[in-house]
Amino acid sequence: MTKNFTTDFFRFTTVAFICCILLSCSSKSEKTIALANNSTQNSVPEKIDFTFHVKPILSDRCFKCHGPDKNAVEGDLSLHSAEEAYRALGKLKVHAAIVPGDPSKSSLVERIFTEDSNLMMPPPESNLVLEDFEKAILEKWIAQGAEYKTHWAFIPPAPQEVPNNEESNDWGTNEIDAFVLSKLTEKNMSPSDRASSEKLLRRVTFDLTGLPPTISQLEEFKADPSKEKYEEIIDSLLLSVDYAENMAAEWMDIARYADTHGYQDDFERTMWPWRDWVIHAYKQNMPYDQFVTYQLAGDLLPNANLEQILATGFNRNHKITAEGGVIPEEYRVEYVEDRNTTLGTAFLGLTLECARCHDHKYDPISQKEHFQFYSFFNNIPEKGLLANAAELPEPYIKVTSKEVDDILGFINLEKSEMKEVPVMVMKEMDKPRSTFILERGIYDQYGAEVFPDTPESILPFDEYPKNRLGLAQWLFEDKHPLTARVAVNRLWQRMFGSGIVASSFDFGNQGSLPTHPELLDFLAIKYKDEGWDTRAMLKYIAMSEAYQQDTKSTIEKLEQDPENKYLARASRLRLSSESIRDQALAFSGLLNKEVGGPSVKPYQPEGIWEETTGGGGGSTASYTLSEGDDVYRKSLYTFWKRTVPPPSMMTFDSSSRDYCSVKRQETNTPLQALVLLNDPQMVEAARVAAVGEMIANPNAENEQIKTLFYKATSRLPNEIETQSLVDYYDDMLAKVESGEISAEEYLSIGRSEVPTDINKQKLVAMTLTAHTILNLDETINRG
Amino acid sequence: MSEKKIVEERSLILNRRSFLGKAAMGVGGIGLASLLGTNLFRKGENGLYTADSGPAGVKGVLDSLHHPSKIKRVIYLFQSGGPSQLELFDYKPLLNQRRGEDLPESIRNGQRLTGMTSGQDNFPLVGSNFGFQRYGQNGTYISDLLPYTAKMVDDICIVKSMYTEAINHDPAVTFFQTGSQQPGRPSIGSWLSYGLGSENENLPAFTVLLSRGSGRPNGQPLYTRLWGNGFLHSLHQGVQFRAAKDPVLYLNDPKGTTADVKRSMLDKLAELNDQHYQESNDPEIQSRIAQYEMAYRMQTSVPDVMNTDGEPDYIYKMYGSDAKIPGTFAANCLLARRLAEKDVRFIQLYHMGWDQHDNLPGAIQKQAKDVDQASAALIADLKQRGMLEDTLVVWGGEFGRTNYSQGLLTDTTYGRDHHPRCFTMWMAGGGIKPGIVYGETDEFGYNIVKNPVHVHDFQATMLHQLGIDHEKFTYKYQGRRFRLTDVEGKVINDILT
Repeated sequence: MTKNFTTDFFRFTTVAFICCILLSCSSKSEKTIALANNSTQNSVPEKIDFTFHVKPILSDRCFKCHGPDKNAVEGDLSLHSAEEAYRALGKLKVHAAIVPGDPSKSSLVERIFTEDSNLMMPPPESNLVLEDFEKAILEKWIAQGAEYKTHWAFIPPAPQEVPNNEESNDWGTNEIDAFVLSKLTEKNMSPSDRASSEKLLRRVTFDLTGLPPTISQLEEFKADPSKEKYEEIIDSLLLSVDYAENMAAEWMDIARYADTHGYQDDFERTMWPWRDWVIHAYKQNMPYDQFVTYQLAGDLLPNANLEQILATGFNRNHKITAEGGVIPEEYRVEYVEDRNTTLGTAFLGLTLECARCHDHKYDPISQKEHFQFYSFFNNIPEKGLLANAAELPEPYIKVTSKEVDDILGFINLEKSEMKEVPVMVMKEMDKPRSTFILERGIYDQYGAEVFPDTPESILPFDEYPKNRLGLAQWLFEDKHPLTARVAVNRLWQRMFGSGIVASSFDFGNQGSLPTHPELLDFLAIKYKDEGWDTRAMLKYIAMSEAYQQDTKSTIEKLEQDPENKYLARASRLRLSSESIRDQALAFSGLLNKEVGGPSVKPYQPEGIWEETTGGGGGSTASYTLSEGDDVYRKSLYTFWKRTVPPPSMMTFDSSSRDYCSVKRQETNTPLQALVLLNDPQMVEAARVAAVGEMIANPNAENEQIKTLFYKATSRLPNEIETQSLVDYYDDMLAKVESGEISAEEYLSIGRSEVPTDINKQKLVAMTLTAHTILNLDETINRG
Repeated sequence: MSEKKIVEERSLILNRRSFLGKAAMGVGGIGLASLLGTNLFRKGENGLYTADSGPAGVKGVLDSLHHPSKIKRVIYLFQSGGPSQLELFDYKPLLNQRRGEDLPESIRNGQRLTGMTSGQDNFPLVGSNFGFQRYGQNGTYISDLLPYTAKMVDDICIVKSMYTEAINHDPAVTFFQTGSQQPGRPSIGSWLSYGLGSENENLPAFTVLLSRGSGRPNGQPLYTRLWGNGFLHSLHQGVQFRAAKDPVLYLNDPKGTTADVKRSMLDKLAELNDQHYQESNDPEIQSRIAQYEMAYRMQTSVPDVMNTDGEPDYIYKMYGSDAKIPGTFAANCLLARRLAEKDVRFIQLYHMGWDQHDNLPGAIQKQAKDVDQASAALIADLKQRGMLEDTLVVWGGEFGRTNYSQGLLTDTTYGRDHHPRCFTMWMAGGGIKPGIVYGETDEFGYNIVKNPVHVHDFQATMLHQLGIDHEKFTYKYQGRRFRLTDVEGKVINDILT
């Protein structure tokens, strides 16, 4: 009896598909992001909720063999839908995995609690384990009726009632605060005071423009820290080109922008006119629906203009190989897959790539549906293999100076050595290429033919043209459950450091659950209803009291909410790789604010391109420093060689640009210290800043130091700090005077010249002081 | 233990030791060992290494090893470009006998070719232009190109039945180093740093050394992502040690200054950062201070390990005269031994230039000369120091080369295209059977006929020797559990002692 039961019901063999889903880890301590974020305590709640308590467990531990992938289903049992889970099983149809309301009759309960390793679920060889509290949750959920709910992210956002926080509390300026406060109250927590004016200005200026505030801006705000003044500041920040460039920098990660083709010889490409368009679009505050439609399908718009076509370069930013001998079709398939993955990560928040080789293991996306998405991007007259460095990858347009004069005025063509600049774009083949399911994802293993379509589980596609334009229209259909949530979540992530859905790349079953689901829906609907106005949404978030809180934390607060999910304070965030360098340049006054144009080559350690390069030659074989003050351009213009990306930026967690990336790591490593301590750019910035202060405040070292500190951290040092740095300055001056430091050598670092009429010894001491300030933790963070 | 937790723990340790309170006296005096702790590996009575969590640690994520490990570290001598097994290890006299004849279809069996030779009208078989002799206790065939390797044949295990799925360099090297043909996953060394942590408080757990071959000086390029951390914390990235002014990028103090000046700056930073910590309570600040200290110590420890001036003459004799020229494979082998002595977990060498599509006989002579003596010397040197038993040394490239000539076959010269279906690697050291040959190819040297070893099998075996079960060692990223061996791989027990 028992034996039959076993073989009939949960038959399990170790399934090893060629795939991305792996046998897993026994390390109990390795909590998943989703679980760590979602199950606040390892306890069993009173009322079990499917979405918040049950599904994260089922998905992570059970779906691999009892989930949406039909071909992987073991024992004829799937647990991802009520219908399947309640179904009678076995030859006699006398038992079921789940009998709602009756754990004792539910074989799932029996199987997860048994000590018998032949029966135990998950089976020992899966290396998956259920914790005791997780077993208890499953049992209790069944006892309470085993209610299933559709995955939250596939239900369109619903209008939300704004919580009416009963307590007499005057905290809060807009609806965001009502939602946040309601959650805090529920968690027995309370919000923090508003941050100091300096901190707040530093925060909002970095978040919106990627640059620090100036001293005069700081002083102005300090004098009038009113809400009106704050709003005025936000408005002016949002109108700046710095804002547009800062937003573009993020979009370049999403679009996997690079200046080279990637792969083997990694030849140069010219996609920077596309990047100039992105800056332009943000400068115009182009509505997000239009911004995305241009990029996905600008070429298919009626009477498409050059700007719209240029925007489609988005989907040509993927890597392209020039490695002699590869099979072109194998790589062409990779390019189409890359576009598909990008669509999933950037716009849908779904891991579409997981359904390439088989049905998705966790989300309701079949392999067939994967290739239906794929077919939207498969009709490009492109080649899989480039013959050499000079070959331009079809299809492309050539942007001419006349076109720039006429309609593409946002392209900075003046700096280019070329009269016409080729840019890769999207274009449909006259006769669409047939698309087939590729068995196990392999380029030449054709299965059934498929046609452009989208999964029913997300939103049907019936009424749209079966091409990329239809896909874009589908994305922005009013009822679309994902597009607005994913987009607004990313704006939230920009301002708070983490999204309402922490896994901003995955809104599926294995993703994190929203910390504030109602707020997310509220924001998604607002964004959509107000015309996808990105600037307005960022302003709205910045105006919230939640955003303006102090970062100060107490041990209690840290223990209660170490990751700051509920926002009882503001998070302290390390600056991005771009901002760290740009801040140093701004600090010194060296920052060259020219906008757009060909990417530039700032200081980089000698030899790092040369030591890895092969025989392919081309312009990427060796690194030539840019001329003049092009070395001081903003970091988003730094030339991106994919196989050897700029090391100082990679050290500070830039995305590698191999694939679409919507969230960077935030790490803290010794190599970061080495860059800040020894990169000639840092030393030079310190020196030029020191010169500036010595000229502005001659013979007033105290004042010089205070101003330098103020510029770098956005606040004046207190007396102890000032004295400490003055002592340091004196020590260093003594070291120069004693000859321990060679002024001549030290001051020769960097391209910019040292004024002849300055006291060199003092300059060395002040440079070291400024450099110390640039290395402060406070300088590379925004509080 | 989660990564975040590890970082937090480091900060706590920092706190406990009142590290910050001593800032004014100069924090440089406190060893990072005391901050970070180590000791994941401790030799047990049975001579095997077991996990020992120690008082605190730059522990890896693994709370304990899955099974006792045989080794503490790996030196991987990667031969980039695809060395020809037929000229070096896999002796096929039949190819000499049938030189110029077309590869029989029954052998090729419609297998995939690269785009470089798929257009050829015929596939003329070609044997090695170099002789083979038998060496060692088992009379193993080794090419005349490798006289030094031949002498230590009883110390190494030659695997002639390696195969891979990739047929071009970029995907094939990426596959070997990360388990996936497409970029983006962590490399082996990053996995080990993540899982096992560091044994050395002053050096990175994963170091990389590059050299250029004389066989084809402008050969295939390399990519820094080959030693990238992928989705793991960037603490686990491979750190390149270079034969340049800056042995590690950004390592050198700004010119005109001294270590003492740097020390003053770090003390000042620690003091000011600590004041800020008192206000904000952000534990990241303490972690930052610790990272600066690690950086400072690297500024001494890296040049120390890179400076081989103190090596005696007999060592240079062993490794060959190239060992005195920084940036050569021989110099890197010597550095590898020095790094191994410092307990660096994973020491990755890349020697470029094996991609010999044409003029192979000329090129491979030079290329073999680059590596032969130093590879053998490294084994002998580790052995004489008693370190071979707890070090795994690996020698091999990303694929092999075809048994037919690419391009024109003449009396004196020929070329060979990429061949993923069989190639040779060797391993030596901890827990690997010495002096054996494993696996076999057919007499054409085209297909494997016995004991095939897939790239993932090799990776699984390497992890096994380190005490890791490759199926249990995973990292969850974007909802999926990734592992080095993807979904495959089995430990090659036959070659283990």
